[in-house]
This record gives sequence, C-alpha cells and structure tokens, in this order.
Amino acid sequence: MGAPHIPAAAPDGGLPVRPHLGAGLPWPDLAAGLAVVALGGLALWQALVIPVSPIYAQVGPKAVPFAVVGGLLLLGAGLVYEALRGGWSHGLEEVRDAPPANRRAFALLLAGLVANLALIGPFGFSLAATVQFVLVAAAFGSRRFFRDAALALALTLATWFLFVELLGVNIGAGVLEELVLRVLGREPAA
Amino acid sequence: MTDPFAGLALGFGNALTLANLGWALLGCLLGTAVGVLPGIGPALTVALLLPITFKVGATGAFILFCGVFYGAMYGGSTTSILLNTPGESGSIITALEGAKMARNGRAGPALATAAIGSFIAGTVGTLGISFLGPIVVELALQLGPAEYFALMVLCFVTVSAVLGGSALRGLTSLFFGLLLGLVGIDLQTGQPRLTFGIPELLDGVNVVLVAVALFAVGETLYLAWRHLEGPQEVRPVGRITMSRADLRRSVGPWFRGSFLGFPFGVLPAGGTEMPTMLSYYAERRLAGPEARAEFGTSGAIEGVAGPEAANNAAAAGILVPMLTLGLPTSATAAIMLSAFQSYGISPGPLLFEQQAELVWTLIASLYVANVMLVALNLPLVGLWARILQVPRPLLYAGILVFATIGTYGISNSVTDLVLLYGLGLVAMAMRRFDFPTAPVVIGMILGPMAEQAMRQALTISQGDWTTFVTRPVSAAILALAALALAGPRLYAAFARRP
Repeated sequence: MGAPHIPAAAPDGGLPVRPHLGAGLPWPDLAAGLAVVALGGLALWQALVIPVSPIYAQVGPKAVPFAVVGGLLLLGAGLVYEALRGGWSHGLEEVRDAPPANRRAFALLLAGLVANLALIGPFGFSLAATVQFVLVAAAFGSRRFFRDAALALALTLATWFLFVELLGVNIGAGVLEELVLRVLGREPAA
Repeated sequence: MTDPFAGLALGFGNALTLANLGWALLGCLLGTAVGVLPGIGPALTVALLLPITFKVGATGAFILFCGVFYGAMYGGSTTSILLNTPGESGSIITALEGAKMARNGRAGPALATAAIGSFIAGTVGTLGISFLGPIVVELALQLGPAEYFALMVLCFVTVSAVLGGSALRGLTSLFFGLLLGLVGIDLQTGQPRLTFGIPELLDGVNVVLVAVALFAVGETLYLAWRHLEGPQEVRPVGRITMSRADLRRSVGPWFRGSFLGFPFGVLPAGGTEMPTMLSYYAERRLAGPEARAEFGTSGAIEGVAGPEAANNAAAAGILVPMLTLGLPTSATAAIMLSAFQSYGISPGPLLFEQQAELVWTLIASLYVANVMLVALNLPLVGLWARILQVPRPLLYAGILVFATIGTYGISNSVTDLVLLYGLGLVAMAMRRFDFPTAPVVIGMILGPMAEQAMRQALTISQGDWTTFVTRPVSAAILALAALALAGPRLYAAFARRP
C-alpha cells in the first residue's frame, strides 16, 4: 500500500531526488528478507520441540506458535519477493539522503558496549558504565576525554544511587560503589 | 463506577493530595525533558521507570507515567520547532511549519501556539476520556472472549498494516513481537515454549529489555552509523508572545485539531500521524489568501496550531482503549499496560468497577497535568530549550548509561545485557530497512493476551473455531480488520486500472 504522503521535515529546500540506478539486485533488501525467513525457520525448530502437554487443553500450547511461525515465513517470503522485484530501500528518503556510513563512530560505540559487558561483572556498574560513556562520547565526536570521564563518574554513581536507593532496584555494589558507601560511613550490603 | 461526575469528584479528591500532585509534577517535568531531548521518548522513559512499581503504589506510579506521556507531547513540539528534528512521528507536521517560523524569527509565537494548543487539545481529550470512557465500558462489558480476540486482531492490523510505509514490513515487526511474547512458560499448560533450553528464558523476555533495546540502543547505534561531524543549530527562542493576529489565527485550528485528533486516538487505528496530517491539510485549505502564502514559505501559524492540537488530542484518545478495553495502540500505552500487569491489575472494562478510585484519580490527574504543563511550558520554554544545548556526545552516552542500568537492574545478569545489545543491533537494522518498532512492543504485550482470549473463546465453544465468525459482533470486527488489511490494496489496484 502507498504510504500517505508526508511532506519531509528534513532538509530545507529539498535535494533533487536521485533516480535509482538499477544496478543488479538490491542485496541489502534481499538480506533483510532472508533474515526474516531465517527467523521463521529458527522459530519453527523451537515450535517443533515444544513438549506435548499432559494437561488437556482445548487449544494446545503449540497452536499459536505454529501460527506465528507460519506468519513469519510468509512475510519473509513476501519480503524476498519484494527484494527480487527491486527492493524498497531506494524509495526511503532516509536512505537516499543518508550520509556515508561512519565506521569509526560505529566501531567506537560497539567497543563501548563490549567494554561494558566485560567490565560490569568484575568491577560493577559505575566503572563499566564510565568506560562505556567515554567511548560512546568519543564515538559521537567528543575529544575531551578527561571531562567526559569526570562527568561519567558523577553520572553513573548518581544513577546507581538513584536506582538502588530511590527505585529500590537491586544492583550489586561494585568497586566504585563500595568505595563511596565506605566514604559515606555505610557498610555495603554483601 | 460509571457516572463521570461522581467519578471525577472522587478522582479530584485524591489527585489533589500533596503526594499525588508531586507525582504529577515529577512526571510532567520528566516528560517535558524527554520530549525535548531528541533520542529519548515516553516509551523508553516509562520502561526505565517500571521498577518503581515495586516501591510505589499503583496510583502514584500511573500518575507519574501519564505525566510523562502528556509531558513528552508538549516537549516534542519544542524540539520540532527549534531544531527541525521531530522527536516522534506526531511532531513531523509541526516541524514543517514551526521550523520555518523559527527560521524567520517567529519561534516565540510558534512555541506559544503549540503550548496553548496542546493545553486545549489535552483538556478536550481528557474530557473525552471522562465522558466517553464509561460509555465504552458499558459496551465492553457485553463482550465475550471471542469479541475480545477479534478486537485485538483489529488492533494488530491497524497498528502494523494500516499506518506506516508498508503493510508487509509492519506485519513483520508485529510477528517478531508476537514471537518474543511467546517465549517462556505457557500459562495454561505449563510447557516451556521457544526457550532454546535456556533457563533464563523460562520467565519470558523482559518488556523493559525489549523497549530499551528498540528505543535506546538501536537508535543510538543507528545514529552513530549515520553520524556526521559538526554542531547542530538551535534556533533562538525569542520572546514567547502572540500578537492579537496570531491568537485570532490560532483559535480555530486549536479546536478543529482537537476534535479531529481525539477520535483517531480512540479508534484502535491509533497513531498520531494521520490526524496531524489531516489537520495540516485542512488548515491550509481553510486559511485566508495571505496566510496560505505563508504555508511552506515563511511558516504559517495555523500549520503549527492545528497539527499540534491534533497530536495531543490523539495522544489523550489513546488512553480510552487502554483504560476501558486494555488495548494498547501505542508503544507507551503497551508498556503502561505491562505496568498494570505487574500490579496484578487486569486492564479491561472491569477496571472502572474494580479499580474505580485508581482510574478516576488517574483521569483527574490528567487535568492537573495539563494545567501544570502549560504553566511549565509557556513561561519556561526558554529553559527547556536550553536542554537542547546538551552536547550530542554526552546525550547519547548518557542515554546508554540509563539503558544499561535499566536492563542490568532486572536481574544483575550479563546475559540480559548481551540480549539487550543484540536486540539493539536488530533494532538498528529495522531502522535502516524501515521496519516500524512500535508493533514489536504491542505484539509482545498484547500477543499473550490475545492468545488467552482465543483459548477462552474456544473453550467456551468447545473447540468450534467458527465461534469467531458466527457471533455477530466478533464477525463484524474481524471483517473490519480484513477490510483494513485488504482495503487499501484493493483500492490501489482499482485506481491503477485505466
């Protein structure tokens, strides 16, 4: 179906629309369609291994999973078909006017997420999140590492106390949190 | 209790206590802030605030959530006007004329008409909730599980296939959400489903995790991927005044927008895009010749006043199906619905009877929040605009800190964080390929409820699947859903014929 035409809010003046050059198959769209088919396949495998219920039920536990699997496989096939007929990405304004991919920013951001995964277990939330903060800020072009680190320390500690003390979320105290708790003269809970 | 006047009297009595006023104020402040900040929206904020359901009573928590929901609508217009980057789909149209007014040094009147328009629309919408809600409840009490199932199917179709760029992609998002909702133990038979044998998944996939992955992690990853070096330009606010002419030109659009927006919000069609767009075209058509010349050139105030009112009224309308039927038609409403579940309150028509005090206090608080918001936004809009000066690197880094703690707090599990970042990558791809994210959240939360309604209906009919089409109301709703799905395509096929 055609989307209702929303006049674009983005660049003023409007760039001339570049015609799509039909350079072979739109591989990205095809990959997206195939990914949906693969998701359907994965779900099908999981739906097949649902144990048969010993409890009587008018509709068993498998009915809806199979319906969802069927839907996903059909939709995936539809997307693949659409991709083979030229795809849809070239019609998206966001893709057409997008700046080139910024691999440096993306890599730094991913590094921040991975650093957090690695550090949060042994050192606790605040330290891991501080490292993540500095890396993410760098990804978006910040050059002031020491200011970022200082800000991050304050923010992550404040966030930890906000969640733990005010919202009552149970998040174990890490290295930094224990330090602050001791300075405040309180024993960190085991 | 279904008498609106008695209900409102009860509600205001509770809403005007100091504690509840405090929750409303906190929600309004938070909501305006997240509305102003690009990259965070009400859905993400409510998801991150869900832990308070363990600490605070239901009334306080829902007043807070609704304050955030309404506040974000006010704040969103500020960003559209001053930055020309609409924070959410409902503000796209506001950015159209509002940003042009700002470029011509008329940011002040644009912000003022948006704030007052939001107030009028919010009040009209809340009146609508108060008086329409009980009527819907009366009707809804007659519905059985089969009708409920049909309603949910209609809801699924409209949120995924009718709105947005493509029915195929919208439905794919929906089915992805339905799949996520299936993970965990089947409540009726106790069988584990789609858990890949991982014990952590027996409890299902956490709603907070999915919302944070979709709305924070995926968005940040996408923005990094597309990051352009260079500062953003924020237009100066100027003085927040409206001339007599501005006022005269705004009044009509405010009310037309409100009355146009509210019904769209109430219908399970959901969404704020359609009413804002209709309001924009209506105002452009109705405008006088000199005003029409301003449309698309120097920025017409009617083009801000009308769509902004429509946006807010539609947002208020979304609360009607949420509170009366338990049907969420936006991502934020879906997350609020999961908050009801965490209190053990089952949303639906019985809510007005069993939780009359909660519902009416909530509705009364919406009036209070509206007054607070117009007070916070008219004189203080310059202050909010200053939030826009937060450097982007720090903003996105901060969003990820909150995303991380919100998810890590669920169970102190690194597995959850791996899942969060993995789903974030999926969300980034969804953004790149124009798959909408709201149907994922709605499918995930509403899916299990739909399955339950379907099984109840089939238990009642003793396994007879025709029950969905032989009961007239259920059949009519399903026919409507089929029409919503097939109608636009049939129309397009006819239109293409020579």
